[in-house]
Amino acid sequence: MATETTTLTEESPLPTPHRWHRLQLGLAGLSSAAGWWLIYSHLQQAAAWVTYTAAALPRGTRLASAVEFFLFEVPKVLMLLTVVVFGVGILRTFFTPERSRVILAGKHAAAGNVLAACLGIVTPFCSCSAVPLFLGFVQSGVPLGVTFSFLVAAPMINEVAVVLLFGMLGLKVAAIYVGTGLLIAIMAGWTIGRLKMDRHLEPWVLELRGSLEAALEEERQDWGTRVGAGVTAVREIVGKVWLYVVLGIAVGAGIHGYVPTNALAGLMGKGSWWSVPLAVLLGVPMYSNAAGIVPVVQALLGKGAALGTSLAFMMAVIGLSLPELIILRRVLRPRLIGVFVGVVAVGIVLIGWLFNLLF
Amino acid sequence: MKLQVLGTGCAKCKALYQNAQEAVAALGLGAEVEKVEDIRELARLGVMSTPSLAIDGKVRVSGKVASVDEIKKLLA
Repeated sequence: MATETTTLTEESPLPTPHRWHRLQLGLAGLSSAAGWWLIYSHLQQAAAWVTYTAAALPRGTRLASAVEFFLFEVPKVLMLLTVVVFGVGILRTFFTPERSRVILAGKHAAAGNVLAACLGIVTPFCSCSAVPLFLGFVQSGVPLGVTFSFLVAAPMINEVAVVLLFGMLGLKVAAIYVGTGLLIAIMAGWTIGRLKMDRHLEPWVLELRGSLEAALEEERQDWGTRVGAGVTAVREIVGKVWLYVVLGIAVGAGIHGYVPTNALAGLMGKGSWWSVPLAVLLGVPMYSNAAGIVPVVQALLGKGAALGTSLAFMMAVIGLSLPELIILRRVLRPRLIGVFVGVVAVGIVLIGWLFNLLF
Repeated sequence: MKLQVLGTGCAKCKALYQNAQEAVAALGLGAEVEKVEDIRELARLGVMSTPSLAIDGKVRVSGKVASVDEIKKLLA
């Protein structure tokens, strides 16, 4: 009968790879979580078993120490990374740049800076979209200082960095990194806002200010699409970064096992105040993704470098990079770029000193 | 019908461009697929994350490499 045929063709379409029914999602989620936890909680035992039983390495030797470290840390960090990248991937479907722009449009200093820094954390940052992002904010009339808070927070505080710090250095260090990173983003943005440097935007950018006629229509997303975004994020990010993690941990394992414990104390320890500015100076032009730099930081810390110096180095490396600055040159005039780098660098140095004093 | 792949030229933008061309070819549409890299044009269209895809001047995909199937669905 006619009605029956119509009903049949209106049934939900066959699930394509990225659209799953809720029940399937729920079941998949639960079983993955259970499986993940089962494996994760046994990693340390497994590493020890492989090192001392399977490979029969003698206990107490540097080689055994390095190998056990490597075998434990690599799967641990990769598993943490997968879970967090997945979660943040889904979170991001709720906080798109377009939505951030709408949220920040009317806000002024202080409150705007705080909000922008927080939103920057959940926004993915790829150097190639730095400029469209910046322009988008300008167009919506988001104040310059607020935009900069966003621009500082986004690359510096990303989930890969935080997960790696948490996994390799513990909750305290990860929390400190996020907290101080936010502080720097807020203060840098606020400072730049106060300096009223709008004249130092490229002229054509100034003309774009407040020119956005209508916000882009946001397509409504269902949970199937959101989960799909999480999966894509894992594929893209973990897929890109896993090798760096493995290599970085290998280097860390080597240092862990073979370098004497206080080798760096003189050079980067708490006593040498100049090590912080030096670390920042070295770090600014360097560019590494978070996955590469955290194992290095862990190694440094393990060998006597002070916490403040190490974190300052890390922030300088991933927060500011030469490629990003070159790209931003298309919208910012040199003086503004200089101020941007200067303010952020000074902020990082201050934080580094503060932490060397406190810890 | 005009498709525009918006992005500043990284690998993801090229991938989206290829997917868009494939989708158009698969559906047999005589649509034009253009690659836009000029940041002023991107700003004019309101694009904030790359790569993005616009169909007839309206942004339909923002910030991700849409698969050939996803693009086909948008073109249908």
